[in-house]
Amino acid sequence: MNGLFSEIFISSLISGGVIAGIPLIYAGLGEAISERAGVLNVGLEGMMIGGAYGGFVGGLSFNSTWLGLICGALTGMIISLFMVVLCVRLNSNQIVVGIAITLGAEGVTALLHGAIYADTYPRVPTVQQVAIPLLSDIPILGPGLFNHHLSAYLAVIFVLFVSWVLKSTGIGLSIKAAGDQPHALEAAGGDVHRTRTIAVLSTGLLAGFGGAFIVLVGAGLFVPFVTNGKGFIAIVLAMLVRGRVKWIIVAAVLFGMSLSLTTALQLAGIDIPIDLVLMLPFVLIIIVLFVFGRRSYLPAALALPYDREQH
Amino acid sequence: MVTATELTPTAELIGITKKYPGVVANSDIHLSLRPGEVHSLLGENGAGKSTLIGILSGMIQPDAGEIRISGELVRFESPRDALERGIGTVYQHSLLVPTLTVLDNLLLGVDQGWKLGREVATTRLQELATLLDVEIDPSAVVGDLALGQRQQVEIVRALWRGEGVLILDEPTSMLTPQGAEKLAQVVRRLVSKGLAVVFITHKLNEALDLGDRVTVLRRGKIVGEVSPSDMLSKDRKAITKEVLQMIFGESTKASNTTVAKHVAKSDEQVFRVDQVLVAGSELHLVLDKVSFALNRGEILGIAGIDGNGQKELAEVLSGQRKVDSGEIQLDGKSIQLLSTAARQALGVRYVTDDRLGEGTVGPLSIALNIVLKRVGEAPFWQRSWIKNNAIREFARVLIKQHDVRTPNELVAISNLSGGNIQKVILARELALNPRVVIYNKPTYGLDSRTAYVVLARIAEQAESGVTTIFISTELSEIVAICHRVAVMYRGQLSEPIDVRPGIELQLGALMTGSTTV
Amino acid sequence: MTNTDQLQTAESRFTRISRSTITAMIPVIGAIVIGGLLLMTLGRNPFVFFGNMIDHGLISSLGRQETLIRMAPLLLIASGLMIAFPAGIWNLGTDGQFVMGGVVVAALGPEMAPHVNGFVLFLTLFVVGFAVGAIWSLVPAILKAWYGINEIISTLMLTFIGLRFSALLVKEYFFDPETTVPQTRVLAVADRLPRMFSSRVHIGLVVGLVAIIAVHFMMRKTAFGLRLQIVGMNPKAAVHAGMKMKPLTIAIFTLSSGFAGLAAAVNVAGVDGVVRAEWNPAIGLLVVPLVFLARFHAASVIAFIAAFAVFQVGGESASRKSDIPNFMVLVMVGLLLIFMALGEYMQLRSSRKHQS
Repeated sequence: MNGLFSEIFISSLISGGVIAGIPLIYAGLGEAISERAGVLNVGLEGMMIGGAYGGFVGGLSFNSTWLGLICGALTGMIISLFMVVLCVRLNSNQIVVGIAITLGAEGVTALLHGAIYADTYPRVPTVQQVAIPLLSDIPILGPGLFNHHLSAYLAVIFVLFVSWVLKSTGIGLSIKAAGDQPHALEAAGGDVHRTRTIAVLSTGLLAGFGGAFIVLVGAGLFVPFVTNGKGFIAIVLAMLVRGRVKWIIVAAVLFGMSLSLTTALQLAGIDIPIDLVLMLPFVLIIIVLFVFGRRSYLPAALALPYDREQH
Repeated sequence: MVTATELTPTAELIGITKKYPGVVANSDIHLSLRPGEVHSLLGENGAGKSTLIGILSGMIQPDAGEIRISGELVRFESPRDALERGIGTVYQHSLLVPTLTVLDNLLLGVDQGWKLGREVATTRLQELATLLDVEIDPSAVVGDLALGQRQQVEIVRALWRGEGVLILDEPTSMLTPQGAEKLAQVVRRLVSKGLAVVFITHKLNEALDLGDRVTVLRRGKIVGEVSPSDMLSKDRKAITKEVLQMIFGESTKASNTTVAKHVAKSDEQVFRVDQVLVAGSELHLVLDKVSFALNRGEILGIAGIDGNGQKELAEVLSGQRKVDSGEIQLDGKSIQLLSTAARQALGVRYVTDDRLGEGTVGPLSIALNIVLKRVGEAPFWQRSWIKNNAIREFARVLIKQHDVRTPNELVAISNLSGGNIQKVILARELALNPRVVIYNKPTYGLDSRTAYVVLARIAEQAESGVTTIFISTELSEIVAICHRVAVMYRGQLSEPIDVRPGIELQLGALMTGSTTV
Repeated sequence: MTNTDQLQTAESRFTRISRSTITAMIPVIGAIVIGGLLLMTLGRNPFVFFGNMIDHGLISSLGRQETLIRMAPLLLIASGLMIAFPAGIWNLGTDGQFVMGGVVVAALGPEMAPHVNGFVLFLTLFVVGFAVGAIWSLVPAILKAWYGINEIISTLMLTFIGLRFSALLVKEYFFDPETTVPQTRVLAVADRLPRMFSSRVHIGLVVGLVAIIAVHFMMRKTAFGLRLQIVGMNPKAAVHAGMKMKPLTIAIFTLSSGFAGLAAAVNVAGVDGVVRAEWNPAIGLLVVPLVFLARFHAASVIAFIAAFAVFQVGGESASRKSDIPNFMVLVMVGLLLIFMALGEYMQLRSSRKHQS
């Protein structure tokens, strides 16, 4: 009954993969927008952890998963304001500011959580899972893929929406131009700073939403450093999909599955050192970088500040 | 019949002044742009043309003065404002997004609404293409287009939101003589439809050929104008002389840019390039079996439109780029496998065209930039430890020898003007026994006095026995100083031919790949 | 210290030093003010907190010794970053390099100690720590040098791998069978790095100071250092000048991450003597802003690291006394960085005004 092909292994792998993958979709999608617009957002982890804490506080206060998720998204957006002001407007070094945001947000959330909730360790409201009729009845795959909180499905809608925006709208064109040839955007009557501001704020919003998802839908409670490097993984995913945002879904779920492999293996009764399994996703990324890295597409003006009067 | 001068100007600049730290870029400029008129704006580099264009196109805000459009006072906060008033600009360096299609480039910045109006835009593109009498594929990716086609797209974009004023900033710098002729046709067509065209150039002949009116800028000020009636009534020679005086002030003699070509050229073969091939990333070859041989003291000109493999050839010869096959010989010995440093020690030197991008390190001093290619070598470093006095002494000598204008050798090189930076680079490459020197567009962006100094230095070095490869897009320079000339087109180098007067049209044909020479 | 970079600018030394001191102080003051406000919102008295911090980190003798001990690994990590950052290499993986170096040294130390004398032991441990740290950046180095892949991502990924891999090593191979928790065997106190001035401070501090000063002069006075600076300021110019980018890139990674491994070796052989599974002091990223703030100058780096160590040591006990979790240091570093970015911008603006 135990083993790699047992039903319990596969469905827990898929279900865990989706739960671990959804935050990566949100954050990776957000990062993809920033990178397209020419901003390398190393502060993504900080925006996620901020969103996780904001979502936690919101979820507790309003006793609602949805309001919690919205609070998380707003917190992420507020944190991204630092990036907007310092990097987009004042042309500071994007990497230094990104590290600052990550360290600062980790510190502040851990401090606040410790000072306010350390004695009680409250849990957020339990989520309502929505099983999609028919699809969730598919044996083995169904329950893992199609029995989640609505916000999980929302991720797919967000991806399709962003993909459409980039392809078919004026702001989408502006975002692509801001990353590839910012002076051209300006010459055509667009506004590079405004475009990048919109892009970075969207990144904060999505990363915050993803962070809140981890707490509200995934873990059920906040602990310091709960995002555990997911922001950095999302940065890599965004780089790997090279602007074709729909691929974020596939990459994130595959990666989420490898993250949830430990639990699935334990459930299936297979004894492999847990550290080895936890290492795999990151080794996978290095291998992917080796294989595809050479062709990875990055916008020409990535991480470069924009100054109108300097050519 | 109503002549252009009697109509209200489409656009007027009144008393425009713009100051930058240390320079007055524009000082009290008055300029009227009239419908149906090509207004040539002529001046040296640094005369203030680009600033003026920046102000008219909304990129730069003036410190004083006003802009009127059809008599109405306006303020341009950004290029958007100018575009909406029908003022469009074709910039010297392509400002299209290479990764987007033609249509998307045209829609960029226009349509800030949610859904892009691609159908309406296609119609508008068709309309403007008819006006220009050109064919443009709306779905082509801009990065795949030839430079001439890109320029047509830029003209379309400039006219997109209204056909008022078209500003062309050095539009012929990337074109062949034939391409420039096509552009002139388009411009003629546009003015006949009532547009006002501003044509910025530093080439006197072009300004006179195309312009109905010529205004000359010098050091930020308007120093003279030739009115349409004068253009029609006076003879060309008289106008030329008059305009030259405006450009250079009283000392018209300094404008004589013809460098005496030396005749001495030995028959001792020094440098030989044999079937050099560099494969590109895609299917086309970057360098396709390039071969030539040079004698001691000979100057070979390499002509061609930018981007046909000249830069790659220079990099291959200097060692910055690997060859895939073929041979490069110096004094009969193969050097194609040697490193840049080893070739430099043998006397192969490369004066790059990318002075700020790769030729110098901006924050470092002039002195360190002079020894940039000798880091670690004695006597400037002893047992790997820096010897500041040796470096400074060396730098001081070269600064004096090459007349670099600087307070001292410790100034960061980024504080120097373009001409002085070029002098530092020449000083570095020509120091300590050069044998073969590759110059890539050595006068690009320099004012004509400095350009003259540079050309004279190149000729003088050749005279003293330096074998010279001279890459340029300016045919007049090649004719002035080279013994022989070859043309690069799509990675292929034509057979070198002797330079003689009136060779330009023949070269122009080769530059476009035309085989009917 | 002598006028070290006289070839680089002709600006007067006095104005340069006074200006850089001011720009360095703005972020520190800003971080203290905002950090204080944060403490106030949590209902803690910031003056009590910062007072306790100074008292325990600097004034009390035990605290001062602890501060000096903490400085040793920080100085070594900073030495590595002083090589990488000016050369334009963003080695953000020092935490992984540190942990890997530490684990291997911790496993090797107790095995070797009974058989060799102290000098051989420490030299070996230092070399091994350095080598392991260096090896841990080999993959990012190759990815960068050959494929041009952004090292920010690859070094961060290798930190994640390093943390898991080191835990795996401790649990599966290097564990001490006599203990119940997964940890390496303990290096006997007698076998650890010699102490100085009859205090607990070990000679690791000297190693760190020597490293910082050596790197300082290497970057400013040697041909190798100038090459690295040129690579950092303008990589295309470095290629144009005939510098060999691949070996240089590998050298930068090797040295910079080697120092992170050496930092761990000094810490393990000097203080800890043992490494547990899941060990991760996570000090690497925290050193990044300090090195930037000090503009890669040895004297400033030492000063900032000293202040930071006071903060860390004093902050721990101050947090305990104020009954808040010990994350204040993290908050302060984040704030420092943000104010630093602001300070840089203001300096740029004032120098532009200065020109006109």
